Amino acid sequence: MEIGTRMSRPPLHAQDVCLAYDKRVVAEHLDVAIPAGGFTAIVGPNACGKSTLLRALARMLKPRSGTVLLDGRAIGELPSKQVARRLGLLSQTSTAPDGITVVDLVARGRHPHQSLLRQWSRDDERAVQEAMAATRVADLALRPVDELSGGQRQRVWLAMALAQETELLLLDEPTTFLDIQHQIEVLDLCAELHEQGRTLVAVLHDLNQACRYADHLIALREGAVVARGAPADVVDAELVERVFGVRCRVMPDPETGTPMIVPAARRAVAVEVPS
Amino acid sequence: MSDHAAIPGRAIRLAGGRVSARVPMRPVVVTGCLFVATLAAAVFAVGTGEFPVPPGEVVSVLVGGGDPGSQFIVNELRLPRVVCALLCGVALGISGTVFQTLTRNPLGSPDIVGFQQGAVTGALFVITIVEGTGTSASVGALVGGMATAAVVYVLSIKDRRLSGFRLVLVGIAISMLMLALNDYMLSRARVEDGQEATRWLLGSLNGRTWDDATTLLIAGALLFPVCALAGRALRVLELGEDGACGLGLRVERARLGLVAIAVALVAVTTVAIGPVAFVALTAPQIARRLTRSAQPPLLASAVTGALIVQVADIAGQRLVPSTPLPVGVMTGMVGGLYLIWLLATEWRSGRA
Repeated sequence: MEIGTRMSRPPLHAQDVCLAYDKRVVAEHLDVAIPAGGFTAIVGPNACGKSTLLRALARMLKPRSGTVLLDGRAIGELPSKQVARRLGLLSQTSTAPDGITVVDLVARGRHPHQSLLRQWSRDDERAVQEAMAATRVADLALRPVDELSGGQRQRVWLAMALAQETELLLLDEPTTFLDIQHQIEVLDLCAELHEQGRTLVAVLHDLNQACRYADHLIALREGAVVARGAPADVVDAELVERVFGVRCRVMPDPETGTPMIVPAARRAVAVEVPS
Repeated sequence: MSDHAAIPGRAIRLAGGRVSARVPMRPVVVTGCLFVATLAAAVFAVGTGEFPVPPGEVVSVLVGGGDPGSQFIVNELRLPRVVCALLCGVALGISGTVFQTLTRNPLGSPDIVGFQQGAVTGALFVITIVEGTGTSASVGALVGGMATAAVVYVLSIKDRRLSGFRLVLVGIAISMLMLALNDYMLSRARVEDGQEATRWLLGSLNGRTWDDATTLLIAGALLFPVCALAGRALRVLELGEDGACGLGLRVERARLGLVAIAVALVAVTTVAIGPVAFVALTAPQIARRLTRSAQPPLLASAVTGALIVQVADIAGQRLVPSTPLPVGVMTGMVGGLYLIWLLATEWRSGRA
């Protein structure tokens, strides 16, 4: 279960953090290390604190105690722009300004690389082009974002995060509100980005998708880590019941061999699985 | 499907790449046209009235020539008024853009959410209760406007986030409260105080002198340059507070700074010419529609604001020659009609 020996220093590390909004404490003594070069999925039931953890990792939520380390240094003490050149974020709550075009939105991802005088360098132009090409939105460049479909829009937001050119990419529920086709499209794109060498951290709802795409899983329940490790090592029927309170069978995904969860039926009918 | 997209606008790169920008053409052209229209309106305002001065003569006086008579009429009688109108318009246009972008709501403009009313309350308090006049009334207006803004701002923040919708609602409630207070103070005021007070109830450019214009010029010189920085922060902040944080903006600091600039701009104009309604509300909306810009159109709104105030003042003075109307009445009428149109069309398209 320990990854410390296998990997170099985790680029992002929440050390003994207490996470809270105003009065409500979401998690205490939480310790989470993100493996370098990995695709980490944070899973768990609603209100288990997974998005809160991601917000803390992205320095949007200041821990009440403990620290989040970025490359070994307290993230809250680093200049915000410097952090933004290292760590990109696909937030659930971002909203596109009325009428903004795809290219203009993607270009905003360059903000941490720009200054009052340097607002559109050659690097900016190249990064925006590359980000749009990688997410296959170049053809939509001049379209207003609010006229796009949900899947296209999510690709545009991803393009904006890519234009930021960060090694670390945090994704808060990137597939929510998308139909199955667009969910797969976005996750395949994430897998591609991961293969290119980026470190990804995603909050995911669908456990099967998490097992398929991630190589490191962090399962949370009530603000505590229940299991962490490669999906094949940690996911079994007992874990799913402990984390989600759902009885299920776990079998190998016929496509990828990763664990696949099949929830138990309400009235269990014993069906022989043809072997 | 192609991998290379055409990126609109002209890329400008100078000094070996140390200075660069992408300039979209339409906003530049539109802003240029608005600027020319504003100058024309200003020259017209300076040249007409009881003693007409032809436009050519106005221009030659402005560049330092002209005969002494024209010089006196232009420089002493009419120019201060025009300078005040233009600067207040610019300030209101910028302030409105900042607020509407921060609140993501066209109603989130300083005149709707009570800052101007608060300034009036401050001034009335000084005039009717402390029995001060002139400068002390201006101080009262400044304090009143700032205090109202602080209360609205603090009440709109929850979980360290600013909710635009909350700000609009809280602002309207506070605005109503201030209106009631203003009426109360007016009803108890002595007749002569009431006279002094009406100057604070309706925005007016009557009798502006170089003193007023100079104050505005100094405030503008201090505040307008900061707005260039504000533009960059706004552009990121309008993606939402999480998104802005992800792009490396210190959200709380930026937000507070932006509100402070915008409130300062409104407060200064209210002290100079009183509460001029609807300019801060309409200028950004008009500018955005004209430029079709996805960015907060700070520069275009500034020029639009100046144009609106200048044209409203000309109309107020010339429309009914026997009874000149204060500029605030004109902008209120035009702005009210515009607001009705805005709400009606947005409702029909199902966006409001």
